[in-house]
Amino acid sequence: MTARVARSVAAALCLAATLASASSVVDAFDFDDPALEARYRTLIAELRCPKCLNVNIAGSDAPIASDLRRAVRRMLEEGRSDDEILAHLKERYGNFILYDPPLSAATVLLWATPVLLIVLGLLVLRRIGSRRDAVALTDEERSKLEALGVENP
Amino acid sequence: MTRARALLALPLAVFVGIVLLLHAGFGLGRADLLPSALLGKPFPDFDLPTLGGEPASRSRADLLGKVRLVNVWATWCPTCAAEHDELAGIAAETGIGIVGINYKDDPNAARAWLAQRGDPYRFHIVDANGDLGVDLGVYGAPETFVVDADGVIRFKQVGAVTAETWRDSIAPVVVSLREALIQERQR
Repeated sequence: MTARVARSVAAALCLAATLASASSVVDAFDFDDPALEARYRTLIAELRCPKCLNVNIAGSDAPIASDLRRAVRRMLEEGRSDDEILAHLKERYGNFILYDPPLSAATVLLWATPVLLIVLGLLVLRRIGSRRDAVALTDEERSKLEALGVENP
Repeated sequence: MTRARALLALPLAVFVGIVLLLHAGFGLGRADLLPSALLGKPFPDFDLPTLGGEPASRSRADLLGKVRLVNVWATWCPTCAAEHDELAGIAAETGIGIVGINYKDDPNAARAWLAQRGDPYRFHIVDANGDLGVDLGVYGAPETFVVDADGVIRFKQVGAVTAETWRDSIAPVVVSLREALIQERQR
């Protein structure tokens, strides 16, 4: 019984640790304007940390991510629009910094591949389906299956 | 029958296709090197302190008039230590002015480092909190920019300047910019 309790406690702690590490890094930034803060949260979630390759700047505690968050905050407080801020950073770090890259010749494969794979999958499914209908058992196979006890094979 | 056999070969064909695609990925260069988005754009404005001495601060105007290297470095950056001698060699050999941006560093540590290893820089800019770095699209140290006489960024080297990168990529840019500048002045 105690072992079970101990195990549940351990599991809960592991879960808590996982959730804690998954939550974003928080700077001591307090915005006066909640709308500005909401935009800040959205922007830092959309921007990719240039140093860490696969984390947004909201979730990274790399120094460069913290610098970028500060830059985003400064530009928000200067009254720049979201698009202006993203354009400003894109000018410096390229499309790499955007987690939502625009459709261009370089990214068309990225956008089209999922659609192509779904279409391909549907084609394969249809093919398999039609073939299954077409294949019928021979009399010999049917009698063998009946001998094995299968009803109405 | 031949059709069924062809279908049997399909998984292999798909596999080979994926292998070829991934192999092509190797040819695309290092994933950790971001494209240089600022090439051909003016070096951003700044007004920042130096590491001491006169003048006490530097601005973009101090970069103009000559072809320069701008090197982003810090004492916490091991690669910067590795490229330090190379920079000193380049400065001595070519006479090019190398401007140091001491990036997110402790100025005292920076002064001690320069006193110990020698100072290859024409002058210093202290970017203590990394704001100029963000304006420059810097995402690590060292990074080195070639800036022309009009203050336009012409080349960016991410990572150490080595004898090879200098010879193969940086020096050709510097030489052609200097020649263009000389021709312009003669006119």
